[in-house]
Amino acid sequence: METLWFAIVAVMITVYVVLDGFDLGAGALHLWLARTDAERRTVLASIGPVWDGNEVWLLAAGGTLYFAFPVLYASSFSGFYLPLMMVLWLLILRGMAIEFRNHLSSPQWGAFWDSVFCAGSLLLAIFFGAALGNVVRGVPLDAAGSFFLPLWTDFTPGRAAGILDWYTVLIAVAALLTLAHHGALWIAMKTEGALEHRAKRAAAWLWWGVLGAGAAITWASFRVQPHLAESFRMRPWGYLFPALAVAGLLSMKFFKGGAAFGASCSFIGGMLTSAAFGLYPYVLPSNGDPALSLTIENTAASAYGLGVGLVWFVPGIVLAGAYFVYTYRSFAGKVPVVDAPSQRRY
Amino acid sequence: MDALLIHRLHFAYTVTFHYLFPQLTMGLALLIVALKTVALRTGDEHYNHAARFWTKIFAVSFAMGVVTGIPMEFQFGTNWARFSKASGGVIGQTLAMEGVFAFFLESSFLGLLLWGEQRLGPRMHWLAALLVFVGSWISGFFIVATNAWMQHPAGYLMQPDGMIALASIWGLLLNPWLVWQYLHNMIAAVVTGSFVMASVGAFYLLGKRHEPYARTFLRTGVIAGVISCVLLLFPTGDRQGRNIAAYQPATLAAMEGLFHSERGAPLVIVGQPDIDKLRMDNPLIVPNLLSFLTYRRWTAEVKGLDEFPKENWPDNIPLLYYSYHIMVGLGTIFILIMLVAGFLLWCGALDRSPAMLWTLMLAMPFPYVATTAGWVTAEVGRQPWIVYGLMRTADGTSASISASTGLFTLIGFMGMYTLLSILFLFLVYRELEHGPEPAVGTGD
Repeated sequence: METLWFAIVAVMITVYVVLDGFDLGAGALHLWLARTDAERRTVLASIGPVWDGNEVWLLAAGGTLYFAFPVLYASSFSGFYLPLMMVLWLLILRGMAIEFRNHLSSPQWGAFWDSVFCAGSLLLAIFFGAALGNVVRGVPLDAAGSFFLPLWTDFTPGRAAGILDWYTVLIAVAALLTLAHHGALWIAMKTEGALEHRAKRAAAWLWWGVLGAGAAITWASFRVQPHLAESFRMRPWGYLFPALAVAGLLSMKFFKGGAAFGASCSFIGGMLTSAAFGLYPYVLPSNGDPALSLTIENTAASAYGLGVGLVWFVPGIVLAGAYFVYTYRSFAGKVPVVDAPSQRRY
Repeated sequence: MDALLIHRLHFAYTVTFHYLFPQLTMGLALLIVALKTVALRTGDEHYNHAARFWTKIFAVSFAMGVVTGIPMEFQFGTNWARFSKASGGVIGQTLAMEGVFAFFLESSFLGLLLWGEQRLGPRMHWLAALLVFVGSWISGFFIVATNAWMQHPAGYLMQPDGMIALASIWGLLLNPWLVWQYLHNMIAAVVTGSFVMASVGAFYLLGKRHEPYARTFLRTGVIAGVISCVLLLFPTGDRQGRNIAAYQPATLAAMEGLFHSERGAPLVIVGQPDIDKLRMDNPLIVPNLLSFLTYRRWTAEVKGLDEFPKENWPDNIPLLYYSYHIMVGLGTIFILIMLVAGFLLWCGALDRSPAMLWTLMLAMPFPYVATTAGWVTAEVGRQPWIVYGLMRTADGTSASISASTGLFTLIGFMGMYTLLSILFLFLVYRELEHGPEPAVGTGD
């Protein structure tokens, strides 16, 4: 039962990254890809109806984590206190930037909020990457299952590591490259003309970065967290997940439009599920004594709670998936170029 | 500086700011559905324009609710780790249900409500509005369910290691505290929505702008206001009060400023609780009324604070007493305002009564004050418990977060929310200036 909920939470986080990833990536790139006011409005219109819904997956994943693994929720959220608060502030600032940008016609403030939107998106991609790095590397858990991490120490992922060390920074850079690439593919898929062309060129360049970063983080992760190799050795069927990532990465190079975007989803999904599979049964490893690690068993809610949760969760998430498919279908296709502020969509 | 105090202020500040927005969206959602239903049944585009105008205000408020709501869900873990660790197996259920059942519904259909009118057609667009309403009320249900469990724990099992496990999902969802607290809270949201709508109508009518729309807003706001203000007092407020008497008697005594047990206890209308001398200063009372309201008998005994050990008294009795009296006092004034406005509307004299229009226009902030005071009553009244009778608030904080770190992020939120307030006022002002008339030639 705990394993099932581990898989559910992992899949929900993966869905969140795949979905919000493209609007974060689009935000991080749009200053460079979209040069005119009209083009920037077009990028915003392409994510306008969906970005808010994408963020809901973060909330839902957080809620599910809270209910299925309350000890993990309490330990990790208080342990990563400052970075989490910064993520919250960035989410607020970024949402504000989108709202202001949509409703202001002053070019000066438009440019300002474009920069805020860009910086917020960029930093969020970096923070999420660093967070993943911390979870894979492990944290200094104590016997009560809590921990405190300084923001940085000497940048080595040893026992006295901070939140930022060379490994977590590497994952953060890889996350930024991957999501930027993901966003470029989204823009290319949803827009036309010069914007589409520039997005395609950016995606082609970024692909090499993603390839390099993907190779580097794979090597570094197996070095920093030996448990990963052990997981794959014990359950070889797990190679399915990295295979999904590799297939996505390679096929992106040859696909166009929606197929390329789909391949990118498969790459991101493959990488994240590989990490989750590799960590299992750990949910937050200790970087000191392995016995202090948080696992699915010592963090899960009661068996009754997990069982009854399944009864409502399955129909609930099927419904949620149905709304999502319906929304995305309703807004399918290219976004028409938005050429004047008066053509606000609402 | 005391870390417990900082964590409490942190949560109190962020949740108070947050709830300014959902109370409007939950109330407005119902009124928007009403307007769209009239539009669909009569085919009169006037009501569709009216609905579209309010949908824009709704969207701004909704977006504020979402961005300020995310920190709420995270703060359980960041600032209240020991509480989350112990009780996550129970309230994690309701919080996760909110995510799965409400957030997806709301966010998906709000996108369609805002951006999809042309693509959907009138019937599906009406359905989108209805589903946004349903989603926001489901969301409210699970949040109040979470709070109701903290006020009156049900369906749980205390384990030897101090963890609180879920024993019955139905016990959690059918908590006797939940139903009246939920209805009282949702009706209060409708009161806020009604007052805001009527206020904007009065504002336009007094300025002689958008008059046909102003009359629609006034009519809708006042009719909904009359019904909701009455329901707020009876039965929901009355039953909520009797629940407090039954399950949190010490809280009731503190709310009412009753220091000593009494047969035929009086209701204090105004007065200042003196905690040192354990008496009311300058009291204005109605004899025997508290006994009647609580037990429906004029001479029933109501327990005073002296019946309870001092360490179980709410830790800020004056704040609790004042916030409760502000809520009840304002609620009573709302009933009066809405009954008079409703009577004038019925006579067809409301548009010709500047005094009433001014009253309605200026009354707009007060439902926010009353709702906030109501939640302060609920939360301060639960003290010193974070889970009533099971876990003390002082035992629920994150042990690893210092007062200084907490203060740092509290200041950060204050700055961030100041910016958000400016944004909100700016966006709403713009929509009010633009007005409900469809703009010519822009396809708006």
